[in-house]
Amino acid sequence: MVTAVKNDQRIEMTESQKKAQRNRSVALGLALVAFVVVIYIVTIVKMGPQILNRPF
Amino acid sequence: MSLVDKNGYGEVAFHVSEAHASDYIALLKPRVMSLVVFTAFVGMVTAPAAINPFIACFAILAIAVGAGASGSLNMWYDADIDAVMSRTVNRPVPAGRVLPSQALAFGLVLSGFSIGVLGLVANWVAAGLLAFTIFFYAVIYTMWLKRWTPQNIVIGGAAGAFPPVVGWAAVTGDVSLYPIIQFLIIFLWTPPHFWALALFKSGDYERAGVPMMPNVAGEASTKRQIFAYALVVAVTGVLPTVFGFAGNAYGLLAAGLGIGFVWYSWKVLQMPESDRAMKPAKALFGFSLLYLFAIFTALLADSVLRDLGLVW
Repeated sequence: MVTAVKNDQRIEMTESQKKAQRNRSVALGLALVAFVVVIYIVTIVKMGPQILNRPF
Repeated sequence: MSLVDKNGYGEVAFHVSEAHASDYIALLKPRVMSLVVFTAFVGMVTAPAAINPFIACFAILAIAVGAGASGSLNMWYDADIDAVMSRTVNRPVPAGRVLPSQALAFGLVLSGFSIGVLGLVANWVAAGLLAFTIFFYAVIYTMWLKRWTPQNIVIGGAAGAFPPVVGWAAVTGDVSLYPIIQFLIIFLWTPPHFWALALFKSGDYERAGVPMMPNVAGEASTKRQIFAYALVVAVTGVLPTVFGFAGNAYGLLAAGLGIGFVWYSWKVLQMPESDRAMKPAKALFGFSLLYLFAIFTALLADSVLRDLGLVW
């Protein structure tokens, strides 16, 4: 496999850009975890213990 | 050195974002969102049915995110006029921290998620109303009415008035007279609230080319209209008691607050054209916020006390 890397076109992020990216990544991660928790709880509340009572 | 330069709120060929999560939170207009959460919550509590507390919390969350999404779409479309108004110049898009396309994508994705989650968590009537609210605010108000007519805030006020109806529908799955009265209270309150602001910020709106009432019809006409709306708001505020949805204690409080609203509007009507400090307009703006908060707090208290059998 050949990978062409043009060093002169590579974007090098500044410290503040890296910091902002980390900040956004953490926020996005937390939002995703929150979304999973919401869907999990709603599933339990809506279906209750019946969620386990299904034929296999 | 970065290869990327910020270039106002316009798009650039290469862009490495320096936006923090707080900039995206600012796109959601948290202060507007807090009012949406509160009025939607009151709509839920006053609804004549029980709802699982988890479902209620997540429905409120979905409504809040939907309101935030419409705020993001508004900031995407209005970046050009936000950039010339002192009140909005530091918003993430005009300040160059978030690109318009990023605000658009953020708003669209959150709109989809909030509508979908509300539909799955509560019901599709509430989700449909939330979708219509987002559409009304982003398209009907922001893209069409705001730059076209001085009645922008009159008709556009409907978007801000929908949350209690959505909250009610999330519990009952339908809409009846009581949430419509709650809608009317916010709908009729919006013009005097925003025109009071527009009076002492008319220079901002004029620079931005937004046809607000003071810079189209003049200050005298705006003051008369504020007073007329205040009279209607005062009457609408007591309708929950008139129709038997709330008790007499609420009715008395709403009447007192309504008289206060009319009094502050009367002071604005009496304000001379030469008064550029416009203290009466600022006082009315402040009181109008208190009025709405107090009315909905009273409706909430009335509902809770009614459940406890303590309503007079």
